Parts: sequence; C-alpha cells; structure tokens
Amino acid sequence: MAALNIQQGTSKHSAYDLRDPNADAIERHTLAVIVDNEAGVLARVIGLFSGRGYNIDSLTVAEVDHLGHTSRITIVTTGTPAVIEQIKAQLGRIVPVHEVHDLTVEGASVERELALFKVSGTGEKRVEALRLADIFRANVVDSTLESFVFEITGTPQKIDAFADLMRPLGLAEMARTGVAALARGA
Amino acid sequence: MTQAMTGAKMVVQALRDQGVEVIFGYPGGAVLPIYDEIFQQNEIRHILVRHEQAAVHAAEGYARSTGKPGVVLVTSGPGATNAVTGITDALMDSIPLVVLTGQVPTFMVGNDAFQEADTVGITRPCTKHNWLVKETDKLAETIHQAFHVATTGRPGPVLIDIPKDVQFAEGTYTEPRRARVAHYQPRVKGDMAMITRLVEAMETAERPIFYTGGGVINSGDAATQLLRELAAATGFPVTSTLMGLGAYPASGEQWLGMLGMHGLYEANLAMHDCDLMINIGARFDDRITGRLSDFSPGSVKAHIDIDPSSINKTVHADIPIVGDVAHVLEDMLRLWKSRGRKVNKPALAKWWAQIQEWRGVECLTYVNSDTIIKPQYALQRLEALTKGQDRYICTEVGQHQMWAAQFLGFEAPNRWMTSGGLGTMGYGFPASIGVQIAHPEALVINVAGEGSWLMNMQEMGTAIQYNLPVKQFILNNERLGMVRQWQTLLHGGRHSHSWSEALPDFVKLAEAFGAKGIQCKDPADLDDAIAEMLAYDGPVIFDCLVEKHENCFPMIPSGEPHNKMLLGDASTDDAIGSSGAVLV
Repeated sequence: MAALNIQQGTSKHSAYDLRDPNADAIERHTLAVIVDNEAGVLARVIGLFSGRGYNIDSLTVAEVDHLGHTSRITIVTTGTPAVIEQIKAQLGRIVPVHEVHDLTVEGASVERELALFKVSGTGEKRVEALRLADIFRANVVDSTLESFVFEITGTPQKIDAFADLMRPLGLAEMARTGVAALARGA
Repeated sequence: MTQAMTGAKMVVQALRDQGVEVIFGYPGGAVLPIYDEIFQQNEIRHILVRHEQAAVHAAEGYARSTGKPGVVLVTSGPGATNAVTGITDALMDSIPLVVLTGQVPTFMVGNDAFQEADTVGITRPCTKHNWLVKETDKLAETIHQAFHVATTGRPGPVLIDIPKDVQFAEGTYTEPRRARVAHYQPRVKGDMAMITRLVEAMETAERPIFYTGGGVINSGDAATQLLRELAAATGFPVTSTLMGLGAYPASGEQWLGMLGMHGLYEANLAMHDCDLMINIGARFDDRITGRLSDFSPGSVKAHIDIDPSSINKTVHADIPIVGDVAHVLEDMLRLWKSRGRKVNKPALAKWWAQIQEWRGVECLTYVNSDTIIKPQYALQRLEALTKGQDRYICTEVGQHQMWAAQFLGFEAPNRWMTSGGLGTMGYGFPASIGVQIAHPEALVINVAGEGSWLMNMQEMGTAIQYNLPVKQFILNNERLGMVRQWQTLLHGGRHSHSWSEALPDFVKLAEAFGAKGIQCKDPADLDDAIAEMLAYDGPVIFDCLVEKHENCFPMIPSGEPHNKMLLGDASTDDAIGSSGAVLV
C-alpha cells in the first residue's frame, strides 16, 4: 500500500498498526458544553451519556448568559481516546448544543470545585479539624459546639485530600458541586 | 404579515406553508381542535390509518419514495406511545419525519391526566429533536424549525408535542421565513485537503471499492448522478448496503450486489481484500462489518458522512470527510478530472479479474424444485414479470427481506423501502401505503413474510378505504424464517416458538376486507398468479406458499469476518462460534 502515498493510519482497523500505544488507556477529560437554556436540554445530555454507556464523573450546569439564553454544562468524563472523541461528536449532534470544548486538550485550563463538609466532634479532634481547615484555606460557614461546616474551593484532588483528612476527625456529611472549568488566557 | 389565529389553525397553516400535501394520522381527544381544522380545508390530505405505528411507517414510506419529509398526526398518551416504534425506525434509517402529537392541556401536565404520557421524555432518545410547545405564539415557529431540523444535515424524525389548550388559544402566526433556524446548519462541504488525499489514493489504488449507503439516497438525485458518473469514470467496483440499493443501478457492469451478512460473495470478498475502501454515506453497521478486528484488514478507509459522529465510531477512518455526499462527490470528481483522470489501470484489470473469479462462485445459486415454490424462485419470477416498470418495493423484516435485496434489482433511488437499522417487523405494509399515496399510478409491492405481515394487517382497512392497489406479496413458509434459521445455526435446531400456527386463510382475509386474495403453491402456476396480481386494480394479498425450511444464503455468521461466508446448507453445522453466539 505504499503506492497509495497515504500517511500511515492510526487504527487497528487500518492497514497499519501505528496507533498511539496508550490508545486503550482511560483518560479523564473536562468538557464544556454551551447549550440553549431550554426545557429538557440537560436530560438530552444526560440521556446521551446513559444511553450510550459513557461515564460521568461530575456534571455542573447553570445559565451563564441570560440575554443569549445559554447555559454552560461542565462534564468530567473518562474513556479511551476513541470514546472521548465519540462523546464530543455525539454531544455536537444534539440540536440545542452550540459548542463543545474539550478543555483537557484545548490548551491550559483551570478547574475548581466547591464543597461543604460537616465535621462533628469535640476536644482535640475539633481543634485539629479547624487547624487543617486553616491550612486548606477552608472557611467556617456554620458552627455549633459540636460541629463545623467548612466551605472549601479547589481542584477535585484538593477536595479529595481534605475529605481524607476530615474522615478520622468526624466527617459527618459532605456536599460537592462538581467541577467548573475555564480555559486559561484571554 | 402577522396573523392572529388559534393554535390548531396555526398547525394547518404551518403545514401548508411547508408544502405538506399529505399527513398520516389517527384522531383522539388531545388533537380534536387540529382535526376540526383539517375538516374545514381541502389542501392537505389526511390519510386515516388503523394504528399509530402504521401512520409513522406510512409516512416513512412516503418520505423515502419522495425525498420529502413525512408528516404524522396522533393523539396524546397511547397515540404517542404507539408511534414510538416507527419514530425509532426512522431515526435508525435517517428518514425525515415531522410527528405532531396532542398533549393534555398545560395545566394538567404532570397530573397523570387521562391519556397523558411524557411524550417528549419518552421520545427524547428516539427523535433527532423534540419540542413541547407551551405557548401558542411559539407554535408556528416551532413547526418551521421542526421541518428544518428534520430535513437538514443527517435527516431524522422530530416530534412536536402540542397541549390541547395551546391548540385552542389564539396567538400570532410566524411565517417560515421569519422562523429562527440559523443555529442548526450542519456543514455540507467536505474538507478539500482530505478530498485531495482521497483523490490521490484513488489514482494509485490497486484494489479500490465504492461502499455506498443510504446517505447517497438521502443526499438526493444529484448524489446518485454523481456516484454513477464517478463510478463510470474510474471503473471502480460498487457495492452497497441494504439502505443504499438503487443509488447505483443493479444492471450496471460495476455492480457487485449488496454486501454484508446476507450480501453477495463477490461484494464481501472485495470488501475484505480491497486496498482502498471509499465509504460514501454508509456507517459501518455491524451487519456490514462482521467481526470488527478482521474487517477489511489491508485497506485504507475513506469515510464520507454528513454526521461527524458516524466517523471513527466503530471503524477508524484514515481519510475522514465530513460533508454532504453530493457536495463531496462533486468536489472529488472535479479534482480527479483536473488532475488528469488517473487510475492504476493494470492493477484495476487484475482486480476485476479477481472479482470475476468470485462472481463465478454464483453465490445465489439454490436448488429449485418442480413441486414446491422456492422463495428465491418466487422473487426471481416477480423480478422478471415486473422488470422495466416504475416499481416500488417495500419489505417486512426477515428472510424474505434479504432474498428481496438479493434477487430484485433496483435501477433508481427511492424505489426500495425497507427497515434496515431497527429491523421492524410490520414496517412494509404501512410503508407500501405511504408509497402508493405518494405515487398513485405506480406499481407498489410489499414483499412480506406471513409473520411480519400479520403485525400490521389492520392496514388492509386503510388500503381499501383509499383504494390503494398495493400488492402484498407474502412468502408464506408458516415459519418465522430468520428466527428458525438462527435456531438451526445456533441452538441445535430447537425451533422454539418460531412457527406460525393458526394462520388465517389469506384469501378469505382479503375478501373479508373487500380486497382480492390469491393463493399459489405450485411453481407451474406462479407466473400466471403473479400476472393476475399485477393486473388487478386494487389491493391484493398474494399468499405464496413456499418451501418451509429454506435458509437464506450466503451468510456471514455473526462474529465472523467477511471471508468466512457460508454459501449453503452443507457448511452450517456449528457455524456460529461461542463468541458470536451473544451477538444478534
């Protein structure tokens, strides 16, 4: 097939097996999907993921342009590179979807998540929880003599780390918003 | 000019402004205002079916045979849920439909009202898009948008759910040209860099093949013409999916026949051994590819598709081209001509010699009989006796469908209506009604099995009411033949529930509806019986009693690659391996 003068392929279904050796590795991607803010649009997106067997690690949605009537859905998903490409193509097919951005591959981006932690305890554990919260720059937004509610913002990894530390100190309940993300730069 | 009118009137006005001539429907409580408006006008013809599923299949038949969107009107609740099978069928086969459903009034939505169903919820995954219209002012614009979405890009079914109070209320009508559709504009022009790579590949390819699909037909007559021109100019062989039959003429010298699970030997072997596969508007369906890891292992694959999600979905495309078939073919042809119309002639000659060798296998050979009608023979005679006529063929789903695809030849697009993606038994009869409505003078034949046909037999009433001379050509083997065949191949011949007991007398059934019934069981009588069917000016049920245990070959057993085709009964034992057994 050299006669065809075609750049060699990248698939096991192709004549050439020059695929990325990590093509079967699971990747984590953060997608930003700009949609018309209309009834049912979130159901369309979620239904696509459940119907086609894709993963959702986290999902956030809110209107971001009131005049333009658009919402931004931020989805963190996992899959092989081929599955990630298919997810983006399928999202792009939904009629009220305007744009699909893969923030993981489109240059640098920032990701933040907000979480609330209720930690119950007294004595040394309570003091330790407050000290660690300070290190993590978490704010106390509610307090009783036996509990705190901490508010923390950061990457999902930072929130995971904070949760790991709070667990032995009396973590009673936790609420996380899921990831919001934006590309860096102008 | 803006006009105030009721929502119901708006529906009829919007359909009229969209150029709709026919709608297929069934009335009910939640669409009474719209039916009242239909009653008071004569421009749009309403065809009353006998079941909502049939309304959708009839609209599909209308759409596929005309290239125009089919329109369906049904009531809320059961009306909408009965339509779901047809809507899903249209989604799988990319057929443009606009389905209008009535809904309980807005103030009752969510209360489990009588005949309430969450229609937009239920149909969200089986429509291209759907809308619940809560304000009469938005109704007309939504209908115009619906037609735009259904017919633009990859076609598909859309649904508009209209609560009854929205139909009664007055609002302002929006004309089509004022409807906002700008956001949904899929790209139709292919990337020239990729098209150039494809043309370069075509110039040097040693074993090229055009693998065409329903996208060629959906793209329109220009695409068909360009495909024929490109094929003639390059001399490359052409094969097609079930959905694409007719885009390239069956009488054409470069025609290899249909490919896939029950495709022709030469088509499948050519797909397996080619070095350049040019996929034009097909989607590498599992019926086509067989075992993916062994699918055409030595080829560079080009894929032309208007839907970006079709590309790289199951098979990696070395040359992906997102665009409308007609636009891309036009660019390909122009570029290829301007570069000097080059093909690798010596290699092509060798390739054709190889293909001739495969053709020599004569894979459609079957053992005929003097005493019993073989289904293949019945179709060969039907083909011979209708050749040259402006003929439209519908099918149900099963063995008869595959035999029809193998033994009937299609010279033009839009002449072949069959349920490909969803495989809906019961599709063919109502589809034939839709085709006949669109082409009142044409010969419309539904090739059926008795099992499938019974699934929508109530449509005999529709055929009689509108005097539609649809010919129901039933290959009656008193078996669910394809199920029986798979049980033979896969389940040790235990034919669990795959026979048809208590069948009606089809001749009496036809007569009970006021149609003509013909039964034929002797091969010697077949020609005369078919001639009698064709000569009769009215609907006919043709009960063709055929061999009960015929299997459909060639066949690629599930889970096997193209070059492991079964050609006949001798080689069927344990044909499906354990990994293939879980596949359908």
